Amino acid sequence: MSTPTVTPRLDLLFEPRGVVVVGASSHPGKFGFVALHNILSQGYPGTVRATNRDGGTILGVEAARSIDDLPPGDVIDLAFVCTPAPANLEVLEACARRGIGAAFVTSAGYREAGDDGRREEERLVAAARDHGIVLAGPNGQGVVSTPAGLCAQIVAPYPPAGRIAIASQSGNFVSSFLNYARQTGVGVSRAVSAGNAAALDVIDYVEYYAADPATAVALVYVEGIADGRALFERLRAVSTVMPVVLLKGGASAGGERAAASHTGALATDDRVFDGMCAQAGVARAHTVEEAFEAAATFATQPLPAGPRVAVVTTAGGWGVVTADAITLERDLELVPLPDDLRAAVDAELPPRWSRRNPIDLAGGETRDTIPTVLDLVASHPGVDAVAYLGLGIQSNQARMMREGPFHPDGGLERIVAYHERQDGRFAEAAAEVSERTGKPVLTATELAVADPDNPGPAGVRATGRLCYASSNRAVGARAHLVRYARWRRARTPA
Amino acid sequence: MPTLSEADSKALLSGYGVPLLRELTVATPAEAVRAAGELGYPVVVKLCGAGLAHKTERGLVRLGLTGPAAVEAAATELLAAAGPDDGEVGLLVAPMARGARELIAGAHRDPQFGPCVMLGVGGVTAEAVADVVFRLVPLDAVDAAEMIDGLATQALLDPFRGEPAVDRDALAAVVLALAAAVEREPGLVSAEVNPLLVVDGRPIAVDALVEVTP
Repeated sequence: MSTPTVTPRLDLLFEPRGVVVVGASSHPGKFGFVALHNILSQGYPGTVRATNRDGGTILGVEAARSIDDLPPGDVIDLAFVCTPAPANLEVLEACARRGIGAAFVTSAGYREAGDDGRREEERLVAAARDHGIVLAGPNGQGVVSTPAGLCAQIVAPYPPAGRIAIASQSGNFVSSFLNYARQTGVGVSRAVSAGNAAALDVIDYVEYYAADPATAVALVYVEGIADGRALFERLRAVSTVMPVVLLKGGASAGGERAAASHTGALATDDRVFDGMCAQAGVARAHTVEEAFEAAATFATQPLPAGPRVAVVTTAGGWGVVTADAITLERDLELVPLPDDLRAAVDAELPPRWSRRNPIDLAGGETRDTIPTVLDLVASHPGVDAVAYLGLGIQSNQARMMREGPFHPDGGLERIVAYHERQDGRFAEAAAEVSERTGKPVLTATELAVADPDNPGPAGVRATGRLCYASSNRAVGARAHLVRYARWRRARTPA
Repeated sequence: MPTLSEADSKALLSGYGVPLLRELTVATPAEAVRAAGELGYPVVVKLCGAGLAHKTERGLVRLGLTGPAAVEAAATELLAAAGPDDGEVGLLVAPMARGARELIAGAHRDPQFGPCVMLGVGGVTAEAVADVVFRLVPLDAVDAAEMIDGLATQALLDPFRGEPAVDRDALAAVVLALAAAVEREPGLVSAEVNPLLVVDGRPIAVDALVEVTP
């Protein structure tokens, strides 16, 4: 198990005052180059230094021949280590001499490489402990911290700033989540690839995130579990202050255990793990996109007070399918439309509207009533959350008009501008109503991926929220909100 | 792993609060008839012994016996069915409990997470249905209530075929009793109540099996 004594010092990793790339390379194909490139290119404002055995200038940085040769006045907290494993004990000693308090070791050749590597890793951990150095990795892809402008990793991308904090036992899943952040605009505060997690495991980072004012939700990927009981206790403690979304690899492994009883046969690893997550308040996701979208929802929507969802839609079919999905999701409830709400909505819409939940506006949206209806529905005490469907449909037509041969004549220019302005307004209204009522308002349209520049989904993105690619995915994310809110409420003294 | 007899398994679990019907363990057909008279008909007679983990599969359970002659005949046949590998055996006489719903509850020690409890739907069909929920021990009343809520087949817990809704507090108490057993009995490897029969809305342990360390 990891050594929690160094955990409070993770600021050195995520908020370093200066960074040195140890083993920087002039070859653009090498990690020692890529790491320096990524730190420099993404605008890190602190001191950036490099070391290279042969010296030289790399990307405009004059490389010192060793850590001991760095300019004496520099304040450096983080060593990003790209040197081969056999060199790294000396690197840590030099860091200690120099007052560098944290090392992210990206080098491979440790536990993943067999018995010799395992022994080498133990020596590395011991050296870090002896010198009081925060050790991340080895064999990890790096660390990202948008509040610090830091992109210290050997892979892309650098995400937009936001409130999701990522910790992963697989570096590639960090990249996957960061790619989703770039695509959706729902940003990231911190991200770290735990690598072999020799000294710091995923849960150590998660505990740091729980105390991090820049972070609203932890998004984690785990495969191996060193101490299940400790993981459970620590996750449960974190869940009391911050939601944790977890994706587990190897869920189907393990299988059934031989036992005399049905209990033994039924107690598969995955079922017990699932129970552990539910008991610890952890939102367990089963796919990468579900995990990201759940985290994005926790990061950008308020927690609902209960399971009752009202659907507002501009077209019947979308509402019907969404109502089906809500009905099938046992943690959500498609709320019967309260009488007073029906009367209030009735005053705003043409007579042919659905008069039930889902609230099908039946073309009434052309009278500019969407913000009003969203407000009425979200403000009603019998509604805990709102699903809004149909955003962007007018702008979709506007695009065809704008790109067609008749634009801008015959009034097309004016109507295109009107539609695009309206969808932008509706996106803003969804966020504004949500903020004012303290209730989740989730917008969903395939245009979020089919045409992300459509002013509807683009407008949602501009509010910092996620425009869900389908109403079913929004339903799944919403259920995570409801379950976590319920878990918190059940454990909060009245 | 060795198992306790049904009677010993039930005695252990009942000590932690797992609800049982009154049952009597006897040695002879004549004693079985006397016991049945005391408990009231109809009754169940089972062959009972430490080595008998799967009685239904071996035909060692006789249900719905309505009179002394049926009890005597069943008891005689069951004793004769015992093989030399079954060790010391006896007869367990119990009132015939009736309920349309069978649940399963258990406890075991998970290699990664330590002691756990389980609640599921199904009795003999439990593995096929696979609607089960686990929690780590220790757990509190909130955890136990959420376990019940976590079962997919909620309709089975509502009023069902003329029987009242399942008493959720009583069901939670069964889970908490199993949790206490696995927490406080160091030699307990696993415990299982199957079926956990719902009788007039209340869960009753009709059969139990405790595995212990050798």
